[in-house]
Amino acid sequence: MVAQILFLVLTLAAIALFTINLRKIIRNIRLGKAVNRNDQPAKRWITMLRVAFGQSKMVVRPIPAFLHFFVYIGFVIINIEVLEIMIDGIFGTHRIFNGLGGLYNFLIASFEILALTVWVSCAIFLIRRNVLKLKRFSGVEMKSWPKSDANYILITEILLMSAFLLMNAADAKLQSLGVGHYVQAGAFPVSQYLINLLPSTESALVIIERSCWWFHIIGILAFLNYLPYSKHFHILFAFPNTYFSNLEPKGEFTNMASVTNEVKAMLDPSFVPAESEPGKFGAKDVTDLTWVNLMNAYTCTECGRCTSVCPANITGKLLSPRKIMMDTRDRITEVGQNIDKHGAEHQDGKSLLDDYISREEIWACTSCNACTEACPVNIDPLQIIVELRRYAVMEESQAPASINAMMGNIENNQAPWKYSPADRFNWAQES
Amino acid sequence: MAELMAAGEEPEILFWVGCAGSYDERAQKITRDICKILHHVGIKYAVLGTEESCTGDPAKRAGNEFLFQMQAMTNIEVLNAYNIKKIVTGCPHCFNTIKNEYPGLGGTYEVIHHTQLIQDLINEGKLKAEGGESFKGKKITYHDPCYLGRANGIYEAPRKALEVLDAQLVEMKRCKSNGLCCGAGGAQMFKEPEKGNKDINVERIDEALQTNPQVIAAGCPFCMTMLSDGVKLKDKEQEVKVLDIAEITARANGL
Repeated sequence: MVAQILFLVLTLAAIALFTINLRKIIRNIRLGKAVNRNDQPAKRWITMLRVAFGQSKMVVRPIPAFLHFFVYIGFVIINIEVLEIMIDGIFGTHRIFNGLGGLYNFLIASFEILALTVWVSCAIFLIRRNVLKLKRFSGVEMKSWPKSDANYILITEILLMSAFLLMNAADAKLQSLGVGHYVQAGAFPVSQYLINLLPSTESALVIIERSCWWFHIIGILAFLNYLPYSKHFHILFAFPNTYFSNLEPKGEFTNMASVTNEVKAMLDPSFVPAESEPGKFGAKDVTDLTWVNLMNAYTCTECGRCTSVCPANITGKLLSPRKIMMDTRDRITEVGQNIDKHGAEHQDGKSLLDDYISREEIWACTSCNACTEACPVNIDPLQIIVELRRYAVMEESQAPASINAMMGNIENNQAPWKYSPADRFNWAQES
Repeated sequence: MAELMAAGEEPEILFWVGCAGSYDERAQKITRDICKILHHVGIKYAVLGTEESCTGDPAKRAGNEFLFQMQAMTNIEVLNAYNIKKIVTGCPHCFNTIKNEYPGLGGTYEVIHHTQLIQDLINEGKLKAEGGESFKGKKITYHDPCYLGRANGIYEAPRKALEVLDAQLVEMKRCKSNGLCCGAGGAQMFKEPEKGNKDINVERIDEALQTNPQVIAAGCPFCMTMLSDGVKLKDKEQEVKVLDIAEITARANGL
């Protein structure tokens, strides 16, 4: 009875804490500007099913895709087991789904095999990061917390799977000893090999089984509450993030309506804009970005596929699309913390541009869309870069001198080079 | 175009030449070859001549939305005044801008890139690869321009134009949706690159040269500049030619 109450309190506390943090993140995302991403629901569902559920963009790199698929499937399917743990925990039962008979044995057996594949995959992932030191996982933005974060996640998953398998092994041994509470249930294709490693006394086995059970479930609840502080949040946000993907051609940049009004008024003095939208052009800080940009930032799991295909980054420039997303996330988190501490009106005098992302980074982008193509969850770093450029150019007139010259040429000669418009048709004179 | 209009005629298609195609000496050759192809197959086309002006693409990518929309609206006024329905462009950047960004500002046209036009003509049997230079067996590698490939998903049209040559097509390691940028997009063409350890076009040329090509095929005047510069830098001008799909098509047909 005490155990049941303790379990209930822990579970409710964990869910409450997670809800509070999730709501904060959603509030932070809503600090972004409005953009309509509710059109074409059918196409959006299909995109989410294909990209998030179907992992379609992962397959480009087969080895991590294969390993990630095991971890992903393991995560989704082993959650059925978590449901049983929840019910057992609340009602003090043991293996409540046992009534499913053969199906139950099949489920437990498949959980075990999945647990093993998750274990092995995470171990390989750790090796790739820490022993093989794959280039994709390094970079200026991958120092300190981001580096530890990745390792914590992998180690936690290995520990959780170990506890699950050890719990099953102890359970199986207790079942074979005919201990009353431990009904004959489940099949144990993996943990059977652990049985011989365990002590044979009933009391010791019960302690091991119970410890692993508690470790497993407390671990899951703790992990749930770790998510809002971690890159691992993608396991939840990958789904809405792909649903709200940009469905237009990648080359299409938004036409700014606020500019259209001004340009129309310039070209036609009789034009009266329907509604004037005050505010600045482009983005200086995260709150000038759209809520989709901010959701993108929280979804990023720092895998670095974007950066590894970025032509600027490949050739040694400072720009890293992954850093753009991480900076955006870190800054919106900071803005959110300011609101919590000092109220919504507080200004800390910092901004995304300059305090987080430098001018050198934004001007190194070729807008080639390699990053958006590579992202397995349809994150768009390019849009953030363009919004920052828009601010730099339209609000501050702070572009590199040669860019200013190019724009001056377009204004004066209708071409980015300094040629006379009268000569535009000269190509027709065969040379 | 003004002449056609005065004569009370309408073209089947408007050829949007683009700034590079109009002023850049190397790109002018591509422009003339596109005209030769249009003429060869008997399509009635027109150009705006001095009435054309920059689409605003480099301004938009650089963040100057004002300048972009000024250019766009002026161009749309001209195009709509001539009642233009269909446009072929010689440049993927013009193509992307007119096709995707002009409709929202009141300019809706059917827009194709010249490699798509060539593909259509080949499919319709109007264009072959005969009567000119033979590319048979030659090693050709095609560089995907970002604003044609990833930006608009056009990967097959330019390859179709090369397939009819009976040449040996070799793909670079990074091709199609994984293609590496030449380094010119996003207004980079008009500025010096940021500090780094290599120029992007050199990175791309190194990769292209690994396929041991006789021809590097391009579909964009900016890629043309970047790739040609790369070949020059590697001192491979004699062995490797950088040619636009339109030039290859024109040569293969003896135009």
